[in-house]
This record gives sequence, C-alpha cells and structure tokens, in this order.
Amino acid sequence: MNRAYANTTVAVDSVFWFIAGASALLLLLVTGLMVFFAIKYHRSRHPQAQETYESTLLEITWTLIPTALVMVMFWYGYRAFLTMRNVPADALTVKVTGMMWKWGFEYPNGKKTEVLFVPLNKPVRLNLKSVDVIHGFYIPAFRLKEDVVPGKDNYLWFQPQGMGAADIYCSQFCGLKHAYMMSRVEVLSEADFTAWYTSTNTTVAGTLNLSALPGIPLMQSKGCLICHRLDGTRGTGPSLLGIFGRTETVIENGKEKSVVVDDAYLRRALKEPSAEIVKGYADVMPPVPNLTEQDLETIVATLKQLK
Amino acid sequence: MTTTEPSYLENQSHRKGLASWIFSTDHKRIGVLYLISILIFFSVGVLIGVVMRLKMLWPGTHLYSAAAYNAFFTVHGVIQIFLFIIPGIPAAFGNFILPLQIGAKDVAFPRLNLLSWWVYVIGALLALTALFSGNGPPDTGWSFYVPYSLRTNTNVTLAVFAAFILGFSSILTGLNFITTIHRMRCPGMSWFRMPLFTWSLYATAWIQILATPILAVTLIMVMAERILNLGLFDPGRGGDPLLYQHLFWIYSHPAVYIMILPAMGVVSDVIPAFCRKNIYGYKAIAFSSLAIAFVGYLVWAHHMFTSGMSNTARMVFSLLTFLVAIPSGVKVFNWIATMYKASIKIEPPMLFAMTFLFLFAIGGLTGLLNGALATDINVHETYYVVGHFHYTMFGGTGMGFFAALLYWFPKMTGKMYNKRTIVVAWAHIFVGFNLLYFTMMIMGWLGMPRRYYSYPPQYHTYHVVATVGSWILATGVFMFLGAFLVALKKGTKVAANPWDATTLEWKTASPPPTENFQTIPTVTGGPYEFKDGHPA
Ligand code: HEC
Ligand code: HEM
Ligand SMILES: [Cu+2]
Repeated sequence: MNRAYANTTVAVDSVFWFIAGASALLLLLVTGLMVFFAIKYHRSRHPQAQETYESTLLEITWTLIPTALVMVMFWYGYRAFLTMRNVPADALTVKVTGMMWKWGFEYPNGKKTEVLFVPLNKPVRLNLKSVDVIHGFYIPAFRLKEDVVPGKDNYLWFQPQGMGAADIYCSQFCGLKHAYMMSRVEVLSEADFTAWYTSTNTTVAGTLNLSALPGIPLMQSKGCLICHRLDGTRGTGPSLLGIFGRTETVIENGKEKSVVVDDAYLRRALKEPSAEIVKGYADVMPPVPNLTEQDLETIVATLKQLK
Repeated sequence: MTTTEPSYLENQSHRKGLASWIFSTDHKRIGVLYLISILIFFSVGVLIGVVMRLKMLWPGTHLYSAAAYNAFFTVHGVIQIFLFIIPGIPAAFGNFILPLQIGAKDVAFPRLNLLSWWVYVIGALLALTALFSGNGPPDTGWSFYVPYSLRTNTNVTLAVFAAFILGFSSILTGLNFITTIHRMRCPGMSWFRMPLFTWSLYATAWIQILATPILAVTLIMVMAERILNLGLFDPGRGGDPLLYQHLFWIYSHPAVYIMILPAMGVVSDVIPAFCRKNIYGYKAIAFSSLAIAFVGYLVWAHHMFTSGMSNTARMVFSLLTFLVAIPSGVKVFNWIATMYKASIKIEPPMLFAMTFLFLFAIGGLTGLLNGALATDINVHETYYVVGHFHYTMFGGTGMGFFAALLYWFPKMTGKMYNKRTIVVAWAHIFVGFNLLYFTMMIMGWLGMPRRYYSYPPQYHTYHVVATVGSWILATGVFMFLGAFLVALKKGTKVAANPWDATTLEWKTASPPPTENFQTIPTVTGGPYEFKDGHPA
C-alpha cells in the first residue's frame, strides 16, 4: 500500500531537515572542540595552563552568530506553521469528535464514519470537538496535530498529496484506553471519494468500508487493531483480511499442523489465543478481557466479512 | 592545617544517634539528610522507569494493566520532578557547600532550614500515601491536566496536596539562600569573588520564591474544584481548561531553570578546578544565570503550541523561546573556552562535567525543534519530547548532580571512592543513556505518542532497543551509587583539598568542623585563581 502524505508533510519536513542539520553541525563543533582540547591540553602533554585573555570581540561573535541562526530557524518554523493554519476557502469541512476513547467523523452531507475518508489533492478542514476531556488529534504521516479541547473550537487543515492510509492517534493523555484511541485516514482518488460520498451505500471500490461493519468499533475498543491490520500486511499479528476460509500452519503443543480457518477455529483463537499459534508469530496475543458470547459472535461475523 | 576541632560528623549535641541528625540545624547535616532522601527517591524513580520500559518490550496487554502503566508514569514523573530534580542540587549540595563557599558559619536561618527538610519529608510521605490509599494511585501524568484530573476518581487530590506542600520546602530553601548570600559573606567576599556555584544558587533561589507560589495557587484551585465542585477549569461548569495550562506552565517553565541552573553552577566550579585555569567569562556566566532566571518567565506557553492559542500568541512565544536559548548556548562556549590552553586532568568529576556538556548540548539542540512552530506541532506529546527532556533533565541536571557528588563527596565525608568503578559505571551510563533516549526521540519523530500503554507494530524495534538501553543505564546508575556506599566503609582518607581546587570550601578540613572554619577566612582574590598550577 502507498503511504499517504499531505502538503503539510512536505512543509514540516523541510524545516525539520534544516534545523536537524544545523543542530548536528553545532553538536559536532561543540563536542569536537571539547574532545580535542581534552586531548591536546591534557596534563600529561600540557602540564602548565596558560592564561587566556577574554576577548569581547569573540564573545560578541559567539552570541550574534547563534542568535542569527536561531532567528532563521524561528522564521522557517513560523512560515511553515502559517501554511498549516491558513485554510483555503473551498476546503471540505469534516467535523471530528473526540471522546473517551474513539474518534468520530461527520461530513457536510450527514455521512458519519469512524475512519476519515478524504479525496486526493483537495483541501480538507477538520473542526475539532471534544465531548469529555482534552484529546489530541494527531496524524503523524501529515505531521499534524491539534488539541481537541472541550468548549473550544480548534481546527486543522491539510491537502492530501499521496494515496493510501495513515494512522490517527490521540496525543493528549485521556485516561485508561488513551493508547487505544486510534483511527485511520484513507486518502482516495477523487473519483472513488465522490462515489463513496454521494452513494447511500458506503462501500468504496478498493477500500473496505470498515465503519459499516458492526464488529470493527468493537475490535477497535478491545485493542485488536493495534496488532492486527486489515489490509493484508503483517503487524504484530497476522492481517485479518480474508482470514475466513484460508489455510494456515499453526503450532499446537509444539506440533505443526495445517488448518482451514472456520467458525470453531476463530472462536478458539479468541478464547484461548495461546492454544494454537500461527506459525511465524510470537505467542503474544492476550486473552480478550470481558468477552461476552455476543461480542464473540459479532467479531466472528465481522471477520467472515473481511474479504 | 592544625585541625583539632571535631568534624561535623562527630556528634556534639545532646541528642543521640538518628535524632542528632534529623533535628540538627547544622547546614551540613541537613545537606546530608537531603542528599540521602533525594537519592532514595531517585533510585525508586529509576526502578519504576525500568519497569515501564519492561512493559514496552511488547505491545498489547502484558505484565501489568494499562491502569498500572498510567499510574507508573505519573508516579515516576512526580518523584523525579518534585522529589529529585527540583530540590536536587540546591537542597543537597547547596545546603552543604554554599555557606562554606562564602566563608559563613551556617545559613542565615538554620531552623527554617531544618523545617524545609521536614516539610520535604512530609510532602514525600503524603505523595506515598496517595499511592496506597483512596481509589488507587493518580493516573494523570505529573502535569495534572484538567479536565481529566478533575474527573478521574483516582487519588489526585492528595497527590496534588503533596506537590503543594513540597512547594513550601522549595520556597523556604530559596529564602534562606538569598538572605545568606546577601548577609553572610566573609570579609573580602565581594559579589564578583563569589564562586559561580553560589551565583547559580542565588539566581535559582529567586525563581524558587517568585514562581513556586503560582504553582501553589494553581494546585489549590484544582483541589478546590475537585472537592467543592467549583467551575474554575471544567468547561462543563463554565470553566476554562486552558487557564489551568497557562497557570501550570507559568510555574513549570521557570521550574526547568530551577532544575538546570544549579547544575550549570556545579559545572562552572568543576571545570576550572580540573583545568587549573580561571573560568572564561566569569561575569558573562554569572549574569547569564540572572538573565535566564528572569526571562525564563516569558516563554511558558511554548508548552501549549497545539492547545489552540491564537496564531499571534504562538508566534510570539516561539520567538521568545529562541531568544532565551541564547544565554545557555553562550555558557557552553564559555566552558569550552576555559579548556583552551588549560592543563586538563580528567578525574571523575571532570568526566561527568564533560558528559553534562555533551548530553546537555543534545538536549538544548533538540529543543530547537520544539521551539520552531511547524516542527513542534509534530513532536509535541510524543516520545520525541520524552527523549528531549530526559536529555536536559537527566543528561543535564542529573549528570550535574553526579558531578557534584563526585566533586564534593570527599569534602563531605573525608573519603575517596574507587575511581575505577566510577569510570566503568560511567561507560554504562553513557551507552545506556543514548541508546534509551535517542531511540525515544527517533520513534517520537516518527509519530509514537507518549503515555501510551501499547503501540502499533511499526514502533516495535525502537521500543526493544530503548528497553535494552534502560537496562544498561540502570546498571550504570546503581553501580555508580554503590561506589559511594562502598567508599563510606572502605574509602581511603583524603586531605582537605584532594583536587587542588581554589574555592573556599577546600580551605577547611574534610570533613569540615561544625563551625566550618577555625577562623573566618578573609578573601583577597577571585574564586578560580591559580599560580604555578596550584591555588593562588
Ligand atoms: C498484542 C497483540 C494482539 C492483540 C491485542 C490481539 N491479537 Fe490476535 N493475534 C496476535 C498474534 C501475534 C497472533 C498470531 C499468534 C497466535 O495465533 O496466537 C494473533 C492471532 C489471532 C487470530 C488468528 C489469526 C490467524 O491467522 O489464524 C485471530 C482471529 C485474532 N488474533 C483475533 C484477534 C482479535 C479479535 C483481537 C481483539 C479482541 C486480537 N486478536 C487482539 C496478536 C494480537
Ligand atoms: C533509568 C532511568 C529512567 C528511565 C528508564 C525512565 C523512563 C521513562 C519512561 C519510560 C517514561 C514514560 C514514557 C511515556 O509513556 O510517556 C518516563 C517519563 C518521565 N520521566 Fe523518566 N526515566 C528515567 C529517569 C528519569 C529521570 C532521572 C528523570 C528526571 C530527571 C525523569 C523524568 C521523567 C518525567 C518528568 C517523565 C514524564 C512523566 C509523565 O508523562 O507525566 N526520568 N521516563
Ligand atoms: Cu484521547
């Protein structure tokens, strides 16, 4: 899968490389001089210290040059920041709601999702609302973040420039399941996006419509999607895309065997994760806490639909 | 020197044993009390850090629950900030060394000094009680952000009260130091003959007494809101959550200078001693401490660049942040210039002073990415910040603390530690530290948020590397501390001035007599004057 990125990624990364580069040079200079002096003027080589006289010119120089340098850094940082704040008038506005512990998205036409779908090369504005405590809406791939503060109208915007999916995290600590407050942004081609946006049916060509499956929010809240991806790529655990009916090699009591994934296998995988380990993976899947029979059914039903 | 007077370690009061320590008003005994308590809490904090890293070897639920992890980082932060790094150098070494450095018999208010230690201990006990009582340990992070800290039903009120109490200890120490420096200098000890460590304590003390009350008020407001259901901060009751953040950082940003200035003071004393050369730019260093102390008040909101402040406010705070960075940078140049044409011996204190320079330089330079608006937006509240502040606080202040311990331990105890053990411990600390915290910065730039109990698989390798680093680092730290325990029993005896250093504390016996000096000294020159390779 392609890596999604946006105009903000480009703007921020150029500032990053400039500052990181300049800092690395300064560090090299400072450390280099320190080590060089420590060797050259070591007491064994240089038993008698010489007085050095203070030079005002030197002190002014080493004050002014860094000052000038950091002013340039400030300016670059500020300029890129302005890009991140000035929203084009024609931006698509999506309302983002943060709550303990999930994200919700609402489009102008009333469509509601738990994954953020956006069109390629079109500006998108996100209006951030919190219904409880402070959250932080963070898309690392876009280098974008803004706190979601109850009672305050914060916003963000970006223009996607690469198709694909990227993670969304909560960056402001919000309690027990802070680390599981995740979602995804999916950058679609303009045609795909329009098709999805205008249809009442919520499936997108080439994209799973996760929000339509009842088990997905449940799996999200149980933390499954931290280890399992739904796009065919390997995470901490195997991808759950197309899991139903596939043939796998599993290890039970130290012996390898081949199984076809069916209802019973799935139920066992959830209830006793350590009983049969998929070959090539570590035995790290935790037993699902508070798993009711109904949850189990919803999840298994959902897994069947992930084709 | 013909010392016949007994040292401060020999009991001269009517009290016996432990009581002769915990009720002593001798600044040196109080300094030692602080040193021991602070090192105990520091060790506990380090152990909790290691336990957190252990969990992060794997994503998902392992070892212990998310609630436990959330409590661990809160407790770890509260201990390291309020019980280790803020009191740290001033309370332990400031108390012991400051009166000696200015030729005084004690601090201005010895009883207040003892009270401040007791307040510290009571605050610490309250913090511990908060862990084991009520509805479980606090889980807010050391910053107690509202409205979460108002809504969680864990034991936040008591923890906040503990921090409030600890603030008073800090204020009392600050008050005492300012008065002492103004009133108790010995004959000839003019302002510009004071050692730079004393200067740094002076600047720090001003921040302690001016900034800490703001924290006290803020914490009282949180307690009042939790207990009385006022609507100060909670938007649900018409309050403003950002008001809390402003108030919190108006204290907590200056507090980072409470943490770092004394360490800079230590390094400014250690470097000339092992270079046998006067410090380069004495006045520049002294004045920049004061400058940092005062302009440090103007940059608090750089902790809030993503909170939704106006673009103008963000711009102004970013600009000021960059300007405030300059004096610290200039100090680094001064220290390095002191090494030019010097006669350097890399004894353990110097080794750690140089380590301070290196790690603090990384901490300062990586702070530039936090100061610039565009890049801070990405790294704010990620592991980048966690790595960065460990570089400044642990790599900076922590290494300064270690250097101070190595430098003054012989003065305090009359004994020398095993230098070879220290070098081996140093190697562990250096490797482990960079492995742990640099890796944190990398994964932070790549998007790994902080205070996360679990994480997506793409960060797994980084977490494993960081955890291995934490093992090496902790091994080094405990080897380091162990060397002092061994030295107490088996250390070789040292003379009054084992390092051939110039400042006044080295002119009296090691360990010093209760009254510090047999006769109050008279000062005739600057603090770092050498002649023919020996103190002038
Ligand atoms: C800590 C990471 C982790 C979490 C959280 C987790 N899993 Fe797993 N899961 C794994 C690993 C690793 C495997 C492969 C090893 C094994 O079979 O135990 C696996 C295996 C599975 C399998 C069998 C896959 C196959 O290809 O045969 C299913 C089904 C599954 N998990 C579902 C879930 C569900 C549903 C949840 C949430 C309730 C969940 N997992 C949470 C790590 C995790
Ligand atoms: C070996 C020693 C240490 C280790 C392994 C360690 C490790 C950690 C870890 C894993 C976190 C939490 C990261 C997160 O989930 O967000 C953390 C947070 C923190 N550490 Fe340390 N640390 C150590 C020493 C120190 C020291 C010496 C200080 C102070 C000088 C310190 C101050 C803090 C603070 C203030 C936090 C933030 C807590 C919060 O998020 O509220 N740590 N540390
Ligand atoms: Cu959140």
